[in-house]
Amino acid sequence: MTGPLLSVRNLRVEATAPDAADRPPLLADLSFDVAPGEFVAIVGESGSGKTMAARSILGLLPPGVRRAGGTIALEGRELTGLSQRDLRSVRGRHVGMVFQEPMVSLNPALTIGKQLAEGLKLHEGLPDGEIRRRCLEMLRRVQITDPGRCLAAYPHEFSGGMRQRIMLASVLLLKPKLLIADEPTTALDTLSQREVMELMVELAAQNGVAILLITHDLGLVARYAQRVVVLEKGVEVESGATRQVLGAPAHPYTRRLVDSLPRRAENRPQRPSAAPILEVRQAAIDYPGKPGLFRRGAPKRVVSGVDLTVGAGEIVAVVGASGSGKTTLGRAVLGLKPLAAGTVTFDGMELARMDKTQARAFRRQAQLVFQDPFSSLDPRVRIGETVGAALRHDPAVSPRERRERVRQALEDVSLGGFEDRLPHQMSGGQRQRVAIARAVVSRPRLVVADEPVSALDMTIQLQVLTLFQRLQAQYGFACLFITHDLGVVEQIADRVYVMSAGAVVEEGATDAVFDDPRHAYTRALLAATPSRMAAAVSVA
Amino acid sequence: MRRRLKPNALVGAVLVGLLLVVVLVGFAWTPYDPIAIDLDHPLAAPSAAHWFGADEFGRDVLSRAMLGARISGAIAAGVVAAAVSLGLVLGLVAGFVGGWLDRLMMIVNDTVLAFPGILLALALMAVLGPSYGSLILALGVAYLPSIIRVVRASVLSIREREFVEASRVAGDGDLYTMLRHVLPNALPPVVVLATSLFGWAILSESALSFLGVGVPPPAPTWGNMLSSARPYMERASWLSIAPGLCIALTLLGVNLLGDALRDWLDPRDDA
Repeated sequence: MTGPLLSVRNLRVEATAPDAADRPPLLADLSFDVAPGEFVAIVGESGSGKTMAARSILGLLPPGVRRAGGTIALEGRELTGLSQRDLRSVRGRHVGMVFQEPMVSLNPALTIGKQLAEGLKLHEGLPDGEIRRRCLEMLRRVQITDPGRCLAAYPHEFSGGMRQRIMLASVLLLKPKLLIADEPTTALDTLSQREVMELMVELAAQNGVAILLITHDLGLVARYAQRVVVLEKGVEVESGATRQVLGAPAHPYTRRLVDSLPRRAENRPQRPSAAPILEVRQAAIDYPGKPGLFRRGAPKRVVSGVDLTVGAGEIVAVVGASGSGKTTLGRAVLGLKPLAAGTVTFDGMELARMDKTQARAFRRQAQLVFQDPFSSLDPRVRIGETVGAALRHDPAVSPRERRERVRQALEDVSLGGFEDRLPHQMSGGQRQRVAIARAVVSRPRLVVADEPVSALDMTIQLQVLTLFQRLQAQYGFACLFITHDLGVVEQIADRVYVMSAGAVVEEGATDAVFDDPRHAYTRALLAATPSRMAAAVSVA
Repeated sequence: MRRRLKPNALVGAVLVGLLLVVVLVGFAWTPYDPIAIDLDHPLAAPSAAHWFGADEFGRDVLSRAMLGARISGAIAAGVVAAAVSLGLVLGLVAGFVGGWLDRLMMIVNDTVLAFPGILLALALMAVLGPSYGSLILALGVAYLPSIIRVVRASVLSIREREFVEASRVAGDGDLYTMLRHVLPNALPPVVVLATSLFGWAILSESALSFLGVGVPPPAPTWGNMLSSARPYMERASWLSIAPGLCIALTLLGVNLLGDALRDWLDPRDDA
């Protein structure tokens, strides 16, 4: 057997700030090999240094960060001593890179054709006709329909999944030996994620390309990677064959990661069928058409004919891919988006017919937890005020009592004494706990949770989910849980609605739907959910 | 929470402080009467008697620059105050309310924006007649559209942030949401624009004076001192030094202070 394709030894990355020496390095003594054609994953949470590891290979570290030691060899050639000029000839040609954000990694001002041709022109100097032929061929292989039209199109004309496939095409065009993929599917929904991953693995296998996948998602690792390196805070804690590491984790951190995979609740509480708190009947929701010069375009229907019930104290999940209308439905249930047809009834009262007093009371009784904890808290408002906002409008709550309730709510989410903090002084998990505190402070009877954990790290995800479940049990609010992650649904939901293209395609008790999915779409979703696969590996 | 004063902010504060001192001193004392004509010494070179020389009518340049500080400063501050306060209100309403109101306001706004600002101010001055008040109003209106544009753009992006929706879920009214959550987050770019506007206002005033509709002579402003120094550039170049220096230092000070204010408004800027 020949030597490894990529060999990283004792890689150390530090911040360049003067006081950096006192702090632990961003990456300490990382060593790993990637054999030709192998699929290796580096897995870790935010701050683990996994992206730094990937970027140092190509000398692409961000400003303020430098490689402080170690060697990086590609096919026996040392990369660390190379000049920028020599490094440039390695990038693209020998090592390709796919980034996380397909929305920003393609230049919106250039056609796809121009961007694909760029690398070939630079590295190979081929004639235009040959370049075009190769681009078309590659687009066909990443399953872009009508590649000819695609060459003349701009990035905004494609969905996230398609853009990531185009990215993949542009990288593979140069026939690199190693493909570094930094969270390539994190921004995509379950189904496109699977599409892109499968395509990547398939094309890599055909061309003998090795893949170094950087990810936080153990599910992807379990499904695709042959070997895995687990990083925690810049230190490698465990590495080895995927099955070995995930099946029998030796290090406590790896075990914690594996344990934080969502899995089916073992004994789901049997809830007596309570009176419905929320009833949605034949709901349809339109997006307004694009405003034209004199009149708006025709509205676009994003949700149609949805029936949905949530019993008091029940957790009901709505799952679907992005664009399925699930988020829009969640907003409509709270009266934040108007219905085009149908009704939403809360506690026997129709939303559209409430008078002012009733509407105000409804506001306090129905709350929302947002997906993105960085956008849902006003950066200029202190936590105490943010959490207490809903109580300001309750005439029965005096300012003194409000302070007490805010204190209580923050303690409920283990953030006691955080009243005077500003959002930027807190981590993502802490912010999301603030968002939960804000939702429960008014003792609502219904909480709509819109992807409340999908922006968080695995271990934090479990923490927040557990917290959410505990509060739900404690206060007994009903919950409409919107998510794309079936693993999470399986863990917490009593019942589930599966949405596709604005309509409910399947509904039922969670375990029943998961064990015996009726609709083809549900089956596809289930098959594409990596965390279930990983859970299976780790149990085996 | 403590916030550290950056060196740039300190320089800005000192320069603007200096301007205020000059203005205040100018009320009580100037070396000479700024409008007293001394035909014996036209275009006198800088000397111990006239530090920055004397102009074509023998008036002391330093004294005129001191009085000019008051007039130019007051006009610029007035223009900024008028344009920013009106611009904030109109921009917030257009951006936050949206719909047909927004479209109507933007049509009007863009129409005004289509005229060169100075032409617009000139026309307004012709209608309103010369006075400090109408000068401030004219320049304020000329700069208003760009402020509205910036505020509106800023509001549009903030309106989509989830904390604004969270405010609605909490039951806040539109006005409260707008003032408590949207306005503070929309301010930073406006602060930067406002400080540049301070400089533009001083220069535009001089342009209007040059066209004969600004501050009428013999009252000095930095702008009209510069324009009247222009014909004597070769014979008495020192005439432009005092007003030029004043404008440059003031703008530098205001811009540095504006940057500091923007940083200070940013909650992430903790010492």
